[in-house]
Amino acid sequence: MSGRLHLTVNGTPRTLRGAADASLLDVLRSDLGLSGPRFGCGSGLCGACFVLVDGRPAASCGYPASAAAGRDIITVEGLADGAGLHPVQQAFLDEQAAQCGYCTAGMVISAVALLRAQPAPAAEEVRRALDGNLCRCGTQQRVVRAVLRAARTMAAGGDAAGGAAERPGGAAARRTTTAAEAPGAAR
Amino acid sequence: MTADAGTAGAAGPGGGLPASLAANPLLSDWLDFGDDGAVTIRSGKVEFGQGVWTALAQVAAEELDVDLARVRVAPVSTAASPDEGVTSGSRSVEDSGAALRQACAQARAILLRAAAAKLGVAERALRVSDGRILTAGGDTGLSYWSLAGPGLLARPAGPPLPVRQAGEWSVAGRSAARLDLPDKIAGRPRFVHDLRLPGMAFGRVIRPPGPAAALSGLGDPGLPPGVLAVVRDGSFLGVVAESDRAAAAAAAAVAAAARWAERDSLPDEDDLKGFLLTAPAEVACVARRHDPAAAAAVSRTLTAEYTRPYLAHASMAPSCAVARWDEGTVTVWTHSQGVFPLRRALADGLAVDAARVVVHHVEGAGAYGHNGADDAALDAVLLARAVPGRPVRVMWSRQDELAWSPFGSAMLARLSAGLDSSGRIRTWRQDVWSCGFNGRPGAGGQPRLLALGHLAGGRPMAPAPDGPASGAVGSTRNAVPGYDIPDLVVTRHRLEAMPLRTSALRSLGAFLNVFAIESFVDELAAAAAADPVAFRLAHLRDPRGRRVIEEAAALAGWSPGARRRRGEGTGLGLGYARYKGTAGYCAAVAEVDAVTDVRLLRLWLAVDVGRVINPDGVINQVEGGAVQSASWTLRERVRFSRSRVTSVNWDSYPVLRFSEVPQVAVRLVPAPGEPETGAGELAQGPVAAAIGNAVAEAVGVRVRDLPLTREQVVKAIEAG
Repeated sequence: MSGRLHLTVNGTPRTLRGAADASLLDVLRSDLGLSGPRFGCGSGLCGACFVLVDGRPAASCGYPASAAAGRDIITVEGLADGAGLHPVQQAFLDEQAAQCGYCTAGMVISAVALLRAQPAPAAEEVRRALDGNLCRCGTQQRVVRAVLRAARTMAAGGDAAGGAAERPGGAAARRTTTAAEAPGAAR
Repeated sequence: MTADAGTAGAAGPGGGLPASLAANPLLSDWLDFGDDGAVTIRSGKVEFGQGVWTALAQVAAEELDVDLARVRVAPVSTAASPDEGVTSGSRSVEDSGAALRQACAQARAILLRAAAAKLGVAERALRVSDGRILTAGGDTGLSYWSLAGPGLLARPAGPPLPVRQAGEWSVAGRSAARLDLPDKIAGRPRFVHDLRLPGMAFGRVIRPPGPAAALSGLGDPGLPPGVLAVVRDGSFLGVVAESDRAAAAAAAAVAAAARWAERDSLPDEDDLKGFLLTAPAEVACVARRHDPAAAAAVSRTLTAEYTRPYLAHASMAPSCAVARWDEGTVTVWTHSQGVFPLRRALADGLAVDAARVVVHHVEGAGAYGHNGADDAALDAVLLARAVPGRPVRVMWSRQDELAWSPFGSAMLARLSAGLDSSGRIRTWRQDVWSCGFNGRPGAGGQPRLLALGHLAGGRPMAPAPDGPASGAVGSTRNAVPGYDIPDLVVTRHRLEAMPLRTSALRSLGAFLNVFAIESFVDELAAAAAADPVAFRLAHLRDPRGRRVIEEAAALAGWSPGARRRRGEGTGLGLGYARYKGTAGYCAAVAEVDAVTDVRLLRLWLAVDVGRVINPDGVINQVEGGAVQSASWTLRERVRFSRSRVTSVNWDSYPVLRFSEVPQVAVRLVPAPGEPETGAGELAQGPVAAAIGNAVAEAVGVRVRDLPLTREQVVKAIEAG
């Protein structure tokens, strides 16, 4: 028992040795080489390390890897079908909903979980669902906009990866906005 | 995005060339054309989420006439990049953008000359489309890539060439998607935290419990397997291990075995005012203008004091670095904002030749001033020295990040102003007490890296410099009100003590100075029975300043007498400043609800930052700055006992959460004929003032001590 740990990460069964006492975050980053879940505080207070455990967001920094055995672990790397982006990720790109991006993956995880439970959330519900994710850069408003956009895209049947017919780097690149028309500009 | 000292203008010595280009004149240092149809640009400015690389790529694409998708931005490194100092002070687009624009214009001219010679036509018969050389007859088959042979751009910049004006732009001036976001949103490795080098070992530093604590003993820590070294040097204590897991276990064991002598060295956190006013300070004049007639007309004088506590940088990622020590040659990977100053500081601190130190920038999380990146770089070098030849990665704990990264200083501003019988401000006195804001590596000729003070024989870090009092580069940034006031004296009291380490934090002294000035202006307006907007406009001739105030007020639906719009307990307030007195203009209106707690509902901002390269990038920066300022204003305060910092995680150092963030509307006021200025810092002061003025309107009492928590409001009400 103490020697081997069996995990299913992003749909792939993995067997690890010497990791039973580690945190799930440490296993994902150090043993499995993933970079999406990030260390922010080590106390489950910031959301940078969020992953889906059996479909629910969990702070992987404080989650014993041993407790994850037998559960379905999804990181931001495993959200999309195939090589594209999940509609939530695409919406983050379309809304340019990040500055430094360190905590973005954790927010995407929270948003995906929300939209599975509530496909058409109100802005207030999005804010509540993301309250465990901190953003020091102050992009919360864009993130809320991105989650609402993703909800619309997915409702319209764009649940396939990148299904919104948006190329990466979408909206801001396509638009030829002038200063006064830029997204977020008030009239 | 971040604040700092410095005065480099767009043009300097070098025959009218932009200062950065004059200092780094070789064109090939700035750009080259690969054989893959791409243009690689090099800047000395680093990306930390502020979007500067995207804006610089737009500048290059514009001047060269190539598609934006062809432009790559090379990582900044002391081995390959132009030395542009520190990425700070909202000057990147101004400085690096101007240099790149001119370098690209010269490169384009050189390439067109080569094309003309090859084709036997006049240069003026040629034009460029996405890097291909065209004549009236069509494509010549030549392109930048076929023309730019080795060495063609390895020449110094010539006399300045005309560059494209904003009215002619097609790539710049339009919102562009950030180049760095696809990786970050996909979770791909991009941060220094993600760096994995062959043979890499993992280090941890065990910090003292407080700023004045010293290591007094180390019992037998009982180390776990996999430990490569325990480094003990004075009060510097670290471990290196084969894995991050082993390093963490070893660090915990060493921490448990370490004994520290603690000493009370910190002020009373509940009497910062007393500390600021009684600590030894150097007094200097910031600005002075005398008008005896105006002073004689004063019929009424008001005085007030405003304070802010120490504020933490509080980046979401702990500081991190990787270093390798090879027989005296040091290689560092860091998210430092200034790889060249860090190289000099490391060389100085470790007594090695700077030529043997190479510093590579790798992205980190957001930087909002001087964070722990440089200190983590030294930590990594000190640990790497114990395992020569192996890269060592060091990442701080959240607790160390919040306790040991430099803070923005606590500040006090004492204001006094005289009104004449018609309600005009005739005199103004402002005294500012603060520790220094310029504590970056190299400031004051000292390396200023944290661990140097912990090493055996190391001396405590000297108090941070603050720049010349008249320079607006430290605590005095925006200490001089921008209004038309005939008689004015502004004085700085720079503390000569530094019990808590201070350095640059976004907007430096402007945050508290503008909060104080703009709160006080509202108090003066009330005394003059004037509407705050009309009162400001009556004291402000600058048309660009007037315009942002008018636009912000209009956005918010401001009308005199209608500020308590939804009944008791809510209020609107306005704040305004021209950042640094010389840069971008910003006015903010806040709507708060202060019935039970202080809740910020909405912010409306109007900004004029001159011509704009990436409008959505500017709006993102202004929104982010506004939200961060709101967080400082409403929540943040570094907590400490007499011996140690106690706000070491997000429960003890709360920042604004999703459910608490207001709706933010930003209006860019077009000013295409004006030079570009930074956008990352200009909202900090006006937003704080707008919130303060809205709270005063909502509760009927002025709260002058930040943060504007429920407790502070209650205290102000009780004080009457």
